[in-house]
Amino acid sequence: MDRQPTEDRQPTGVQLVESPAIELARVSLSFDESVVLQDVSFTLLPGHTKIILGASGSGKSTILKLILGFWKPDGGIIRVRGERTDTMSERDLMRVRADIGMVFQEGALFDSLSVAENVGYKLYEESGTPPGDVRRRVEQVLGFIGLADYIDNMPSELSGGQRRRVAIARAMAAKPGIILYDEATTGLDPITAITVDEEIIKLRDLERVTSIIVTHQLRDAFYIATHEAIRDGSRVRIVAADEQKADEAEFIMLRNGRVAFEGNASELRATHDSYLKTFLS
Amino acid sequence: MLDILTTWLKGGVLEVQEYVRLQAAALQAAVSRPFYARDVVEQFDQIGIGSLTVVVLTGFFTGAVLALQTGITLDNFGARPFVGQLVSASMIRELGPVLTGLMLAGRIGSGIAAELGSMVVTDQINALRALGTDPVRKLVVPRVLAGLFMAPVLTVLADALGILGGWFIAVFQLRVASSLYWTSIVDVLALPDAWMGLIKPFCLGYVITTIGCHVGLRTKGGTQGVGRSTTNAVVASSVAVIAVDFFLTRLLITLLY
Repeated sequence: MDRQPTEDRQPTGVQLVESPAIELARVSLSFDESVVLQDVSFTLLPGHTKIILGASGSGKSTILKLILGFWKPDGGIIRVRGERTDTMSERDLMRVRADIGMVFQEGALFDSLSVAENVGYKLYEESGTPPGDVRRRVEQVLGFIGLADYIDNMPSELSGGQRRRVAIARAMAAKPGIILYDEATTGLDPITAITVDEEIIKLRDLERVTSIIVTHQLRDAFYIATHEAIRDGSRVRIVAADEQKADEAEFIMLRNGRVAFEGNASELRATHDSYLKTFLS
Repeated sequence: MLDILTTWLKGGVLEVQEYVRLQAAALQAAVSRPFYARDVVEQFDQIGIGSLTVVVLTGFFTGAVLALQTGITLDNFGARPFVGQLVSASMIRELGPVLTGLMLAGRIGSGIAAELGSMVVTDQINALRALGTDPVRKLVVPRVLAGLFMAPVLTVLADALGILGGWFIAVFQLRVASSLYWTSIVDVLALPDAWMGLIKPFCLGYVITTIGCHVGLRTKGGTQGVGRSTTNAVVASSVAVIAVDFFLTRLLITLLY
């Protein structure tokens, strides 16, 4: 397994002693006889991006479900913001989830709620924020992802790409420090996928959101790693990142539930592992 | 063969365990904060008002057919004027609660299982949890409360329409005097009948909604799984209505009469 020391990939200005936003230590999970994850370990520092690659069924999405506490691991330790979550009760997990946004595969928007109600759900239902403030935040977030005109539409009236972007808006509305993306671009055409990728980049670079991106779309993974968002007056531009910035994004490749590679984009491209080369080709 | 039996038994025990756990979680959620009042009102509307037509029609025609059938039998004993007594006692004590329960099992049990099942397979339940909402509080408690309180209301309406249907047949077909019909009803009805007619739908509403929620939340396997859950919910809640009615009747006869 290729593995680079985490310290080598610190972004400029980040202290080495900074505690991880998310930490998995030797996490394992099996269902009956089938091993889903085995000894998976990694740390993710605040403001960083971790891109988890792997074939279908390799255990990528399972990692996100374990981080959110939907499932409990059979072994190992999971910490979010320093709190051990793998042994937490559902009630305590609700507190931890308050700082995590999740973008589900296919969006998982609530069919019976409008776009505004979906995006503002957490604020409407769980925070006690006054409705006027929620509406303003929803308009702001939808403006950020370029869907302000669809605020009163129902999810069934949106295209696949728009649904994913609304899902991102919903995940970011309550300003979480961490966002988890589960195959956010799978099934989208390349142009729409790039639009979704750009929203992820904007959140990372402009809002300093810590992200875990699960995907098997290499094109999207490398696009997110090698581009950055910059403010140009009132506009936001997505440009090619310099080498240092591009190396900040950390890749993990899963193979049959095990970590087969951990490193940055350059190291992944330079790998000599035959499985990884096949996956990358 | 033994393996199949063991697997089947384990599956059955697991289902019962999960059903009991869901009920415990719902009970705990119903008596603690947060409470989603808007969802409760919405479910009262969907389950109560939404089921009105089917329950009212069922009640009316059941009462009417009961009067038709019993009228013929009562004629053999020269007891046609007592048709009102028979219709009202049958409707209030037995047919009203059971038929309303079966109608609700078909309409509400299937609807709940399909809705929650779809939410499970499209990750909406996980999305709720990720957004900090307990699905039991948000989805199960409002449906169970609506079932508990709307089933008795609907049953009373079904009883009333059943008695009205019986009156219609008694007066226009059997030529029984209207006053005689109503007097015979008032004479025969006792308080224990009213209790039986109210306690039964209260329990049946609970059983139907909890089974619908349990089956829906345990849906697996995409749209095919949603179809399977819907069928299972209707079958399980219909059988449960009949079975619970039997045991309740046995218990209430002992306690009330």
